[in-house]
Amino acid sequence: MSTTKPVNQKAWWLVLPVVICVAFSAVLPLMTVVNYSLQDIISPERRVFVGTEWFVAAMRDEELHGALWRQLTFSLAVLAVEIPLGIMLALSMPAKGWKASAVLVVVSLSLLIPWNVVGTIWQIYGRADIGLLGAMLQKMGFDYSYTGNATHAWITVLTMDVWHWTPLVALLCYAGLRSIPDAYYQAASIDGASRFAVFRYIQLPKMRGVLMIAVLLRFMDSFMIYTEPFVLTGGGPGNATTFLSEYLTQKAVGQFDVGPAAAFSLIYFLIILLLCFILYNWMQRVGTASKEGAGHE
Amino acid sequence: MARIDLDLAHSYQPDPRQDADYALLPLKMSFADGGAYALLGPSGCGKTTMLNIMSGLLAPSRGTVRFDGKDVAQLSPQQRNIAQVFQFPVIYDTMTVADNLAFPLRNRKMPEDQIRKRVGEIAEMLELSGQLGRRAADLTADAKQKISLGRGLVRPDVSAVLFDEPLTVIDPHLKWQLRRKLKQIHHELKLTLIYVTHDQVEALTFAEQVIVMTRGKAVQVGSADALFERPQHTFVGHFIGSPGMNFLPARARGRALDVAGRTLALPPGLALPEGELKLGIRPEYVALTAAEDPAALPVTVAQALDIGTHVLVTGQCGELKIKARLNPELEAPRCGDTAWLRVIGPHTCFYQNEELIP
Amino acid sequence: MELTLEGISKKVGAQPWLYDMSLAPKRDAVTVLLGATQAGKTSLMRIMAGLDTPTQGSVRVDGKDVTGIGVRERNVAMVYQQFINYPSLRVADNIASPLKLRGEKHIAERVQSLAARLHIEMLLDRYPAELSGGQQQRVALARALAKGAPLMLLDEPLVNLDYKLREELREELTQLFAAGDSTVIYATTEPGEALLLGGYTAVMDAGELLQYGPTAEVFHAPQSLRVARAFSDPPMNLIAAEAVTLGVQLNAGPALSIPLPAVVSKSLTTALTVGVRASALRLQARDGDVALPGMVDLAEISGSDTFVHLSTAVGEVVAQLTGVHYFKLGASLTLHLSPVQVYVFDATGALLVAPQRTGGH
Repeated sequence: MSTTKPVNQKAWWLVLPVVICVAFSAVLPLMTVVNYSLQDIISPERRVFVGTEWFVAAMRDEELHGALWRQLTFSLAVLAVEIPLGIMLALSMPAKGWKASAVLVVVSLSLLIPWNVVGTIWQIYGRADIGLLGAMLQKMGFDYSYTGNATHAWITVLTMDVWHWTPLVALLCYAGLRSIPDAYYQAASIDGASRFAVFRYIQLPKMRGVLMIAVLLRFMDSFMIYTEPFVLTGGGPGNATTFLSEYLTQKAVGQFDVGPAAAFSLIYFLIILLLCFILYNWMQRVGTASKEGAGHE
Repeated sequence: MARIDLDLAHSYQPDPRQDADYALLPLKMSFADGGAYALLGPSGCGKTTMLNIMSGLLAPSRGTVRFDGKDVAQLSPQQRNIAQVFQFPVIYDTMTVADNLAFPLRNRKMPEDQIRKRVGEIAEMLELSGQLGRRAADLTADAKQKISLGRGLVRPDVSAVLFDEPLTVIDPHLKWQLRRKLKQIHHELKLTLIYVTHDQVEALTFAEQVIVMTRGKAVQVGSADALFERPQHTFVGHFIGSPGMNFLPARARGRALDVAGRTLALPPGLALPEGELKLGIRPEYVALTAAEDPAALPVTVAQALDIGTHVLVTGQCGELKIKARLNPELEAPRCGDTAWLRVIGPHTCFYQNEELIP
Repeated sequence: MELTLEGISKKVGAQPWLYDMSLAPKRDAVTVLLGATQAGKTSLMRIMAGLDTPTQGSVRVDGKDVTGIGVRERNVAMVYQQFINYPSLRVADNIASPLKLRGEKHIAERVQSLAARLHIEMLLDRYPAELSGGQQQRVALARALAKGAPLMLLDEPLVNLDYKLREELREELTQLFAAGDSTVIYATTEPGEALLLGGYTAVMDAGELLQYGPTAEVFHAPQSLRVARAFSDPPMNLIAAEAVTLGVQLNAGPALSIPLPAVVSKSLTTALTVGVRASALRLQARDGDVALPGMVDLAEISGSDTFVHLSTAVGEVVAQLTGVHYFKLGASLTLHLSPVQVYVFDATGALLVAPQRTGGH
């Protein structure tokens, strides 16, 4: 009697193009960086192997510490503003009809604008002489200057990011809200639930999945922010808006310290990986807490 | 608790012109306080529309909905104090079973000690007591549906509890237990219960009065045996019973009835209006009889199917098909045989324009 | 066509989904796969179709080994629970799609005649989304029939339809199958559906094939308790009993005089199970009947029948009574059963005695 015929293995060949692409786009560049990070490159012909020296130096770099804290504060601020604002926006968007389509288009407009253009827009928008925002604030007697005042610069960068990316959070939440069956709202109205109770017990739990994605996306993206502050403030005034990637670029491209910059970028990479890992697991835990906590009374 | 009177029509279109534009044709209907009712019909017959109008999720395009004489047509479900259980379990995922059950009471600001007592009672009744502390999201579909039921029943002063096919997601072998639960609950709580379903077993088992609906119209309101024995409308005969009633076109001529080219004798005391009508007889009441019986038709047996508890015979009489559900203990005719099936007897009904001739 | 499964088994990971089974469905007839959800019906169908390969064993079509040959290279039509149609094609094009694929001529006529057979000829210009569930499933069935495949697999095709629609479509299907020349495999969880389809039935339970044979035969003579349980709706009443000299003694209940086969008296254990079909319990007593008094738990009414759930000394039983009967919850009621109408199973669950049958075929 015949037994099983071997399973068709041809499908593996189909994966090959992806493997090649990933090798060239991710693995090879990464290995190059690893290579740089272990050497002191004095000139293209003269290199010295220095081991972990650059890593040690990077870890002790006061400026890097500063940039890291600025970065963390900024990313947390981004989350603290964009997530609630996005939820509120999604809740206030119409559910169906032509209004829904119209609002969707308007809301997603800012997402279509390239990063550097966003920077430029705000650069002009905030100028005290000709910018709508800047001039208005000046008129109102507020001495606003994103180039001169560190706090103003920081707030402007944050506002710019909120303006640019809150719609993404809103769109994700909107999709989550639309997937809630009508029966839930009907049941809630029959149960006499208040508007807040509907939000707290139906909408928020049902949006959990998309909110997790939104938090992850916004955290990672804001942690790697570069173009907008570069265009708007160039990292200044002082180093008030010098975030991690800005600092890294200054090192690598500005000072041609390829070795230290490589070590630094690897550390940066690991930090992001670690933070995402922690964040993701934490959110999974929060998500499944119900399952675990439920088995026992 | 309340008596509910409907006098309304509903259309989802702004300007209905013909009957087909209406989801509910103009109707008048009353639901007695404390009664158990079922709205039975195929999908699209308007039963859910009617339910949603009673609960206040939908306002009728015209007419009134009266609760104890007071028109509530424009009031919200909360103002009507109505409870509704949906087809799919609706639970608050993040809450425990106890909090789910307490939710409608907390929203109405009932004192906490009374809430605890009431939730305890309802949980006891639904056999959820052991799971009160658990997260509702982790329970099986039938336990979740019990929670939905419980949230409907927990309010002591509720006007009526409406059910929209609540047993759809329940495993078949658990269904009868929940049906029994519902019957017991009706017995104990004496609430007005209205139950929407397309399943005849559910409707006939649950309700004292079943409203059979088709195409936006209630064609009969009656008890299970009335619907089975004396269907007021051919649709009821077709829809209730499996297989449904046989309908044979006939023509009445004085004491005689022409069916499929044969002249049958009417039983004494039965007077039918002259002309075209339909003879209706349930497969359960079609019987094998001797050849040339004046109440019988000769058929060629097209199929004789042993369905275990009965033999289901399909007989072909010219263009007509007659189904008979025969006792398996008797010798059943075989495929291709000619058999005489009695179609006129005490259980035969006659219809004119699809309506029962009284 | 002749489909033969030899020594088929299927494991997914370490989990066995199908245990060693052989099945040769009667060619050009309907074979019903009957079993509860998770019984392995769909897994078996997927192997028949060539969507999956068995872990062990072989699939033969007309004597030729086709194990491991993909579904594309076999000629199989399949209909699923969900109504699966091409959403962007009109009904006519949906039905025509398998014909076009084969480059057939006279497509329009074929589509017309298929649509007429399934009563959807007036819907040919519509899109699937504009149809009701019953109509959508009719389109899916027409498309499967258009394929003209010698093997047709239907996986609970009526389960998502309303009750009356199911009845209508089932009857039409029986006629289509009777006229056609394909081997049809039809999976269902409902014993009643298997009986109404007639033909042959293979009873499955927990990944095992328990019994195969003509449907009525399997129903009336289930080889084991498991088959009896799977092939009865409402479930067969099973009552623990003991072998005694005159027949069987129901635990905590009356004795039934049933001649038992000689093997029982020789065996060491006398523990038996008596099976009583719901339809074998009656309100009126006949000569030789045994009474079973109890208390009504619930009467479920379907119109044609009333199913009475009764608590008795021998446990909870269900009786099927013809017509509409009303009983108050908690009312006392006595049912009657005839010893000649019961099944007796031994301690291992094998059938010892089946009811004597007077009528039927």
